[in-house]
Amino acid sequence: MAIAKRQTTELAKQTFEYAPAPESIDHVKIEPRYGLFIGGKMVAPHSKKRFPTINPATEQKLSEVVEADEVDVDHAVKAADKAFDAWSRLAPSRRARYIFRLSRIIQERARELAVVETMDGGKPIKESRDVDIPLAAAHFFYYAGWADKLEWAFANRKPRPLGVAGQVIPWNFPLLMLAWKIAPALAAGNTVVLKPAETTPLSALLFADICMQAELPPGVVNIVTGGGKTGSLVVTHPAVKKVAFTGSTEVGKLIARSLAGTGKRLTLELGGKAANIVFDDAPLDAAVEGIVNGIYFNQGHVCCAGSRLLVQESIAQPLLEKLKLRLGTLRLGDPLDKNTDIGAINSKAQLEKIEELVESGVEEGAEIYQPECKLPERGYWFPPTLFTNVSQSYRIAREEIFGPVLSVLTFRTPAEAVEKANNTPYGLSAGVWTDKGSRILWMAERMRAGVVWANTFNRFDPTSPFGGYKESGFGREGGRHGLMPYLELV
Amino acid sequence: MPAAKGGNGRVEVRKTYKLFINGEFVRSESGRAYRFDGNVNIPRGSRKDLRDAVRAARGAVPGWSARTAMNRGQILYRAAEMLDGRRAQFVELLGSARAAHKEVDDAVEALVWYAGWTDKLAQVIGATNPVSGPYFNFTIPEPTGVVGVVAPEEPALAGLVRRMAPALCGGNALVVLAPEETPLPALTLAEVLATSDLPAGVVNVLSGFRKELLPWLASHMDVNAIDVAGCKPDEVTEIEKAAADNVKRVVKHAQGEMSPYLITAFMEMKTVWHPVGV
Amino acid sequence: MATALSLSHLGSLMRGVRSVDEVGAEERAASLAKRSIKKASKLWALDLAIRCMDLTTLEGSDTPGKVAALCAKGIRPKPGDATIPSVAAICIYPARVADAKQHLRGSSVRVASVATAFPSGQSFTSVKVAEVKDAVAAGADEVDMVIDRGAFLSGDHEKVYEEIVAVKEACGSAHLKVILETGELGTYDNVRRASILAMAAGADFIKTSTGKVQPAATLPVSLVMMEAIRDFVRETGRPVGFKPAGGIRTSKQAIAYLVVLYETLGAEWMTPERFRLGASTLLNDVLMQIEKERTGAYQSGDYFTID
Repeated sequence: MAIAKRQTTELAKQTFEYAPAPESIDHVKIEPRYGLFIGGKMVAPHSKKRFPTINPATEQKLSEVVEADEVDVDHAVKAADKAFDAWSRLAPSRRARYIFRLSRIIQERARELAVVETMDGGKPIKESRDVDIPLAAAHFFYYAGWADKLEWAFANRKPRPLGVAGQVIPWNFPLLMLAWKIAPALAAGNTVVLKPAETTPLSALLFADICMQAELPPGVVNIVTGGGKTGSLVVTHPAVKKVAFTGSTEVGKLIARSLAGTGKRLTLELGGKAANIVFDDAPLDAAVEGIVNGIYFNQGHVCCAGSRLLVQESIAQPLLEKLKLRLGTLRLGDPLDKNTDIGAINSKAQLEKIEELVESGVEEGAEIYQPECKLPERGYWFPPTLFTNVSQSYRIAREEIFGPVLSVLTFRTPAEAVEKANNTPYGLSAGVWTDKGSRILWMAERMRAGVVWANTFNRFDPTSPFGGYKESGFGREGGRHGLMPYLELV
Repeated sequence: MPAAKGGNGRVEVRKTYKLFINGEFVRSESGRAYRFDGNVNIPRGSRKDLRDAVRAARGAVPGWSARTAMNRGQILYRAAEMLDGRRAQFVELLGSARAAHKEVDDAVEALVWYAGWTDKLAQVIGATNPVSGPYFNFTIPEPTGVVGVVAPEEPALAGLVRRMAPALCGGNALVVLAPEETPLPALTLAEVLATSDLPAGVVNVLSGFRKELLPWLASHMDVNAIDVAGCKPDEVTEIEKAAADNVKRVVKHAQGEMSPYLITAFMEMKTVWHPVGV
Repeated sequence: MATALSLSHLGSLMRGVRSVDEVGAEERAASLAKRSIKKASKLWALDLAIRCMDLTTLEGSDTPGKVAALCAKGIRPKPGDATIPSVAAICIYPARVADAKQHLRGSSVRVASVATAFPSGQSFTSVKVAEVKDAVAAGADEVDMVIDRGAFLSGDHEKVYEEIVAVKEACGSAHLKVILETGELGTYDNVRRASILAMAAGADFIKTSTGKVQPAATLPVSLVMMEAIRDFVRETGRPVGFKPAGGIRTSKQAIAYLVVLYETLGAEWMTPERFRLGASTLLNDVLMQIEKERTGAYQSGDYFTID
């Protein structure tokens, strides 16, 4: 008895603080420098300019990539243009098989992709492992199956591919956004030139390797790295027939203007400032999880993030108590640690933007809450943040912060909730939490947003169309609807 | 142009053509008119008339889009009835030739065809999506809101109706710019709509100079989409530039197209998720 | 003593219990189950799992000899290794309480007895109360009662409540764990309602299952019960313990429960006073995992006693 007692007291003093559980990285090889993926192989660039891509969690350089110039982009577009004829005429069932291959290879190399995604972008490994990479593979698998069924997709119309698609994607879900762009484009018989984001090019370059491994015909997929200038060269190239962009509303508008009068087809998936609305009869613990998932998932680097919490005044207090308690359990730190909930902010520039907006929130009079949270010394970090006493007019309630920052507002009646939720130029997503079925449908009907999550949030699936109303863009990605932007229906 | 007949010494009571805004026939707030052809004064709408029209359309969106699909279908059908009933008047406006009869037929047919689409569209275009997880997920089309329609000059009646009907079918409210050179069919069509149980503000018709109105329509921050069926290429370029300011949808479907895809060009797809559990 | 709640308030209490979203609860539990507990924290968790264990045998074939062996195992799970703590309690049928009491004398291990017509609870309240009294008289430190699921599912919350109150009184100073038998309740909403009901009636612990019904303890059911405890504590200030039981056979499972506990109720609940793991075959797997962590070598069952 005495023995047992001694043991008990010794160990009982310790706490359950999780020991580091880092994902191994020894199976991942990152080249010191990369070329461009053009015409089926990695090629030396014309451009002499290179820039580093760094790990935002450590500020260490991972690799150097090319800032593709006009000549490089022209090569890539010409390679895609050249490949278009054969690819679009290839028996659809064969096209399907290539896309199935891409999906399978992503699954086979899932861990490698997840680690690279996390190192290059700063997102927690549990998210790249459980969300980004599986969804990317699923997306290719879903659209692979469409390649030889296009004739059944649109009643009374013959589908025709458009040609070269120029695609520019953001840094928040690098491989997943690549999949959202490339999978439907290829299934529809187009070829692509894709430019990954400046701060997260590595998974796209790994995908280039996957294309080679799949023996995808040369030129069907081309990947050029670079910043905004390269992106602009891609979308404005005269041989590009279709432009797809995911990113900020500001850049989306620039692209739309630059394409005016060109006759190019355009789809835009832009910013958001989604309302996540909690009624007083909601399943509160589930709602708390949904709120956390809505705004702290991927450090809030999510265009459809539930960045405005609209809570019915009668339950604001207990809900906020629960929410604050829950914020205290979020684990911020090494993105490669399997227990990390909140990783690094993607870049210094993004961190500065978040800091600036949070400062404005404090200045405008909102009350800030951040749980006790030790930030690592190196790297770009921002603690989970919650603002109460927020007015609709505050910048933090109107502007997309794209960080782990939640603004809490209250409402009294369903009509007021609708009015506040829709009172924004954006319209990408919305969340509704209530136990009452008829109210869910009533609210869903009134949300001016392309995706409404009722009693859940931030769910994605290749079969589920995604895209915005108003300034959140136009066109849908996912599902049968996601084929439409890549087809001419004659 | 309608001939001013005055047989038997009868002095014809002429019609004053007016703009149609928020269900009312009004003169241009600018007090201006223009004569394109013949002796008829056409109201020369101003940017303020356009502003009023957009405001009226915005106000009409919630009610119109909330009507049941069948009710919208019945109202579009009612418009077809009213148009057919005024066939003689429109044939006369359009020049009394065989082509004019055909055009009125086409316009009536477009209204009847789209009237039948209102309650079928969601079934053909919408979806339930088999997501990988315990969720019910469906996608439905919803109206984008306020739509600007730039009507083609020719055919002045059928061309306009073929763009208006699909946009209305989906539940949008419209601001129509009548053809500059052939505005009378559009202005007269407003009289048909005014007697078709269409709620006030759902369709607003402006006549006037394209160059005076188009930039304001294209840049208006409360217009969600703009149909450029009647625009010249350089106008389209300018509209697309201005439309970017609020990410307006610019609809460029081929003239004469009759299809559910044209209806959805004026619509947004909304996807709703809900968990499935006990 | 058990409660300050008057019966007239029971109805409004039950009606006021919030619903649970099944999908949300299961997703949250699944995400917590993916926590990766390594090295020192794993060892700490395994040690705690033993300290919180109610080592259980509930068979018709239980004999004084079987109980004696189990008690020996409970006091010293790994003969010759003094660093392994004793379990929290031995959990047995009332008829075996006296045997256990005798073998556990002088140890820190407590005697827990199931009671109240375990496992079905389908008997007379008078019989249940008498059984509890006898078990306590025989030396039970803790009583694991079952709620009357028949009454609960027929809407007779009052009967369930009154019975718990009566049993609590019969317990005297013995601690009362109330088994909800969640596998028979059908929905998480019911689990949450029954949790609140049991706590309001005076439960010291709420417990998932008898182990005789499938499904027994699950992670999402446990999450829902812990959330109910969290709300109850917030409302009343009275901490209530939690015990998952049934089907917990591996260290990995045990650690998952500890993770959910840690992230739902917090570090204060990570003690045998507020958390128990009901298990019959878990112990050796925990011992093997501890040895694996200490030596780095995967273990064989041949080196661990079966009692």
